[in-house]
Amino acid sequence: MSAANVVYAEGLTKKFDGLAAVAGIDFQVGRGECFGLLGPNGAGKTTTVRMAACFLPPDGGRLEVFGLPVEAHPRRIKARLGVCSQEDNLDPDLNVLQNLLVYSRYFDIDRRTARVRAEELLGFVGLAGRRASPVLQLSGGMKRRLVIARSLINRPELLILDEPTTGLDPQARHQVWDYILALKAGGTTSLLTTHYMEEAAALCDRIIIMDRGRIVIEGRPAELVRSVVGERVVEITGYDEAEERFLRERQLYFEKTARRLLVFSGRSEESFAEITGRFCRGGCTLRMANLEDVFLKLTGRELKE
Amino acid sequence: MSSGLGNISWRAVRVWQRNWTVYCATWLINFLAPILEPLLFLLAFGVGLGRLVPSVAYGGLEIPYRVFIMPGILAVSVMNYAFFETTYASFVRIYFQKTYDAILATPLLLEDVLAGEILWGATKSVLATAIMMVVVSCFGLLVYPAALWLIPAALLGGLAFASLGMIFTGLVGSIDQFNLPIFLLVTPMYLFGGVFFPLESLPDWAVNLAKLLPLTHLVIVMRQLALGRVDASLAGSLAALLVFGAACFVLALYLLRRRLIK
Repeated sequence: MSAANVVYAEGLTKKFDGLAAVAGIDFQVGRGECFGLLGPNGAGKTTTVRMAACFLPPDGGRLEVFGLPVEAHPRRIKARLGVCSQEDNLDPDLNVLQNLLVYSRYFDIDRRTARVRAEELLGFVGLAGRRASPVLQLSGGMKRRLVIARSLINRPELLILDEPTTGLDPQARHQVWDYILALKAGGTTSLLTTHYMEEAAALCDRIIIMDRGRIVIEGRPAELVRSVVGERVVEITGYDEAEERFLRERQLYFEKTARRLLVFSGRSEESFAEITGRFCRGGCTLRMANLEDVFLKLTGRELKE
Repeated sequence: MSSGLGNISWRAVRVWQRNWTVYCATWLINFLAPILEPLLFLLAFGVGLGRLVPSVAYGGLEIPYRVFIMPGILAVSVMNYAFFETTYASFVRIYFQKTYDAILATPLLLEDVLAGEILWGATKSVLATAIMMVVVSCFGLLVYPAALWLIPAALLGGLAFASLGMIFTGLVGSIDQFNLPIFLLVTPMYLFGGVFFPLESLPDWAVNLAKLLPLTHLVIVMRQLALGRVDASLAGSLAALLVFGAACFVLALYLLRRRLIK
C-alpha cells in the first residue's frame, strides 16, 4: 500500500453464518479525504466500518488502517481512531462532562489535558452550558453532538462516522455537517456511512455505493451524477402508454414509479424540449439530477429488507 | 485479534475506574444496604431464632448462634454483590446501555473490559464486607486481628462469584433468564452452604454434596478467619475457590467473546 492511504482494503470479506455481508471489496481512503460508503440497508456499510474500527475481525482479504493490519494491531489503531457509532452509546450513568473525562481515561490522556480538551470540545459542539446535565436529559441532536465531541477526545487522525445524522431534525443535521466540514478543513480524514444522498453530496470527496456486500460504483459525487444519470431529470406525473412508447422509441433512459415517470437527460438534452412540449399535461417537473437518482438507478427501487 | 487471557492488560483498570466514578456519585445509597443488612440478620437470628437456638457446636466449642452465623452472612454478601454485579448490572451495561460498545472503540480490548468488570464485581464484595465488618464488630462478633484477613478472602470470593456471574451474562438471552441460575445455584448455595447450620451436623453424603458448592468453601474460609480459629481445612477451601474462580474466569471470557465478537 502507499503511505498516503489511511485505510486500505483489498478483497475484504465478512461472513455471518455463511452469508457474505461484505463480499470482497477494494477501496482506499487517502489522507485528509472524506470518504463515503453508501448503500441500502443491509448493503454491508456498517460491517465494513466496524471492521475498520477493529470491532469485527475480517474473514478474508486485507484491511489496513494507518498501514497496520487490523487483526494484528487493534490497540495501536484504535488509539488513533475516533468512532461515532450508529446507536447512541453515551454512558447514561455519567453526566455530559464526565462522559468526555471518563472516555479520555481509556486513551490514557492525563487529567489536565483531558479537562482542557473536554471544555474545548464542549464549546465546539455547543454543549458548554450543559456540562453538568445527565445524558438522559439531552435531546437526540445534543446526544449526537456529544458523541461527536467524545470521538474527538483523542485527536483522532481518522474519524469513522456510522450514519452520523440518522434520526436528527434538519437543524441538527446541518450542524453535524458543519462539524464534519470544519474537521475536514483541519485535516481530519473521515470515513462515513449514510443513506442520505444529500449528506454524501455535501460532505464526501469520494463515495462508493454498495449493494449486497459488493461495490456497485466508485467516484466523486458530482461526476457520478453526470456519468450515470446525466445533468437533468424530468418527472412526469399522470403518464399514459403513449408517453412510455415515445420514450422507448427515442431510447431515453427512464424509470417508472407508481405515479410518475422519471426521464433522465443522459446525453440527449434536445429530447427534453420535445417531452415538455408533447406530454406534461398532468404536470411536469424539470430538475437537476442528484445522487439519489444515481443510487436508485444502481440499487433498484424495491425494498431491501 | 487473538483471544483469551493474553488480551488482558493493565487497561482493565480503566473499566474499574469507570464503575468507581459511577459508584461514588451515589455512595450514600450504596453504603446503606451493607449497613442495614447485618442489622436485619442480627435482629432476625439473634433476637428471633437465637431464642430457640441459643448455641451451636462449632470446632469442638459451643458458641452463640449469632456468632456462628455472622461470618456466613458475610460470605453470602460476598457472593451476592459480585454475582449480581456481573449479571444484572453488566448485562445492562452490555446490551442496554452499549457501554462496552463505546469502550471497545478505544485502545481497550474485550478481555480488558471483562477483566475490569469482574474486578469491579469483586470490589463491590470487598466494600460490602468492609462496611459490614465495621457494623458487626460493634456487636463483638469478630475476632481481631485474624478477622482482617476477611478482606482478602472477600476479594478472592468476589473474583470467583463475579466470574461465575459473567458466565451467565454470556449465556442468557434476556435479563429475566437470570432467575434460573439464581433459583438453581445461588439460592441452594445460600441454604445448603453451611451458612445457617454446621456442616458437621449433616450426614456424610450431604457434607460431600455441600463441598461441591463454592459458597461452602467461602463460608469455611470466612468463618475460620472471623472467629480466629484456623485449621488445616482452610488451605483446601482456599484452593477450591481459586480453582473454581479461575475456571469460571476463563469460561466467561470465552463465552462473551463468542457472543459479542461475531
